[in-house]
Amino acid sequence: MNKVNKQDQPDLLVVDKLVKYFPVRTGLFQRVTAWVQAVDKVSFAVKKGETLGMVGESGCGKTTIGRSILRLIEPTSGEVSFEGKNVLTMNQRELKPLRRDMQIIFQDPYASLNPRMPIGESVMEGLQIHNIGRPKERWEVAVNMLKKVGLEEYHARRYPHEFSGGQRQRIGIARALALNPKFIVCDEPVSALDVSIQSQVLNILKDLQSEFGFTYLFIAHNLSVVEHISDRVAVMYLGKMVELTDRDSLYREPLHPYTKALLSAIPVPHPEVKRERTILKGDVPSPLNPPRGCRFHTRCPIAVDKCSHDEPEFKEVRPGHWAACWLAE
Amino acid sequence: MSQTNNNLLRIEDLVLHFGTTRGSVQAVDKVNFGLNANQAVVVLGESGCGKSSLAKAILRLLPRNVVSYSGRIYLDGNDVMKLNDEDFRQNIRWASISMVPQAAMNSLNPVIRVGDQVAEPAIIHLGVSKQDAVSLVKKMFQHVGVPEDFINRYPFELSGGMRQRVAIAMALVTSPNLIILDEPTSALDVLTQASIFNVLKRLKGELGISFILITHDIATSSELADGVAVMYAGQIVEISDAHRFFAEPLHPYSRMLMASVPRLRANVEPEFITGQPPSLLNPPKGCRFADRCPKRFDKCSEEPPTANVDGIQVKCWLYTS
Ligand SMILES: Nc1ncnc2c1ncn2[C@@H]1O[C@H](COP(=O)(O)OP(=O)(O)O)[C@@H](O)[C@H]1O
Ligand code: SF4
Ligand SMILES: [Mg+2]
Repeated sequence: MNKVNKQDQPDLLVVDKLVKYFPVRTGLFQRVTAWVQAVDKVSFAVKKGETLGMVGESGCGKTTIGRSILRLIEPTSGEVSFEGKNVLTMNQRELKPLRRDMQIIFQDPYASLNPRMPIGESVMEGLQIHNIGRPKERWEVAVNMLKKVGLEEYHARRYPHEFSGGQRQRIGIARALALNPKFIVCDEPVSALDVSIQSQVLNILKDLQSEFGFTYLFIAHNLSVVEHISDRVAVMYLGKMVELTDRDSLYREPLHPYTKALLSAIPVPHPEVKRERTILKGDVPSPLNPPRGCRFHTRCPIAVDKCSHDEPEFKEVRPGHWAACWLAE
Repeated sequence: MSQTNNNLLRIEDLVLHFGTTRGSVQAVDKVNFGLNANQAVVVLGESGCGKSSLAKAILRLLPRNVVSYSGRIYLDGNDVMKLNDEDFRQNIRWASISMVPQAAMNSLNPVIRVGDQVAEPAIIHLGVSKQDAVSLVKKMFQHVGVPEDFINRYPFELSGGMRQRVAIAMALVTSPNLIILDEPTSALDVLTQASIFNVLKRLKGELGISFILITHDIATSSELADGVAVMYAGQIVEISDAHRFFAEPLHPYSRMLMASVPRLRANVEPEFITGQPPSLLNPPKGCRFADRCPKRFDKCSEEPPTANVDGIQVKCWLYTS
């Protein structure tokens, strides 16, 4: 599938005005005294077979979005529809087939691997839960998946501690994909790995996508990681989506000043390349009490008066290029 | 980085091996390198190559299971390996060389105000009074860009970037000549990384401090580096000045590290190094990089000597004539 016809594909997943507030409890009676606005009215769609990259600093709501889509946490409001069905109103029975179609790959592969179980068994565990195949067939699927992520048959009988970080992440991928899901949330799968092996994991994800037609939501905190794997890229800031467009437009003609800052902060391994770096002032404000108006205005290098009073709408500034900034045109 | 000089620190044949039930781990195995005053040298390499162990060996912060610790460490021309532990603790660690350990920002004591934590090394190692320490801490906070009134805050009240600045302030408070930073920005977001590197550049420019910067991240390291030492499987395989290194590294391992860095808007996709560094329990006989090296040839089954290519030192058979 090449890029052009991916964009003609139907939407597999549609997220509409997703909101998640986490309660903050204090005091003797653990009363709710405040709300963390982790995700605030975020809307986007992921097309069948595409990779949507999602980037932003830690704490900006990326993981919360990924987990809400899979109902690993319950969102406060909004709608998530998968193949046209509203995921958020499903009961446990309706959710079961969904748990097969939607998978997640975590940053820390230890989270999904049982240390006392040979990894072949971990990989086939999902098949067992969903009653797919006989034990021997499951084992074959597991071994086959392990081969697809670059491991050998004899590895299947070994335990997680016998593998390096990169290998464990590949085992995590084999485990998530063994059920042949349709949609996979990749939550920072390479962030904890050495740069020297990151692209091996990315290549495996890409190859599996072209073989099986998987759809990915690929979360990262660095724009340089997602460039080669994404068809489109979304940028998040403090619970809000601030920009969304196709990969080339985002990297070549970013519209939002936050995206520009993220791009400019990426280091280049060459001491003679001295670039103008937009270093933003201050830290990300607390999501307990996000700034009024545009949430980015306290750090924005080009903010005008209006930005501190009125919130800019997330709108289609150019065809297919969405941004939430008063000055974007 | 002139190899003949290294007037601030010169390390010769440094060895640090740990004992385990499965044998001895040769984490630092005959390492030679050094740096001049007001220089920053980057020690680059993948996880598990012995970078943190090298830092511990320099500062004599040794775990109990050390089975071998030897070599020479010249600081301003004097071999500090000859000092007894008490002298080393009093005159070298903190006073001359301090360290920001790996994951320092997550190791701050959660129940002590950050100002008090930064003051502690000055009180203990310099004998500064509590009162003087407060103004010293405020000065350090200024250097690293932490607001003065943060001295009364607890670590959990600070962002990751601010906590890392506090950790740097703590290493700075005893006015050492050299600070060893172990993966100081690896856990941080790009914008925070960039601002921490601005702090380090400023400290180097304004206070003339030298740095040994340990990292697996070749891209961020180029921001500060005057010199580069590449570490692989317990050994240094290339020592170069930064300009030449980042323009074109020589060792096959260095080249592959460089090719693995993703570049924005580039047509080439980043590469990766297959496999992983060898176990340091029983490192291979010949070149330790051989089983991952695309350039390997017959000779590589013998341990390569260190060749000198116009002042760059490379431990690889390709460069021996
Ligand atoms: N106290 C110890 N005992 C035994 N092995 C150790 C100890 N500390 C580190 N090692 C081992 O030494 C090697 C080098 O580790 P380290 O210095 O942490 O590398 P790096 O900092 O480059 O990731 C690794 O194989 C590690 O497991
Ligand atoms: S000595 Fe041989 S195997 Fe080792 S890095 Fe050089 S060419 Fe490669
Ligand atoms: Mg380390």
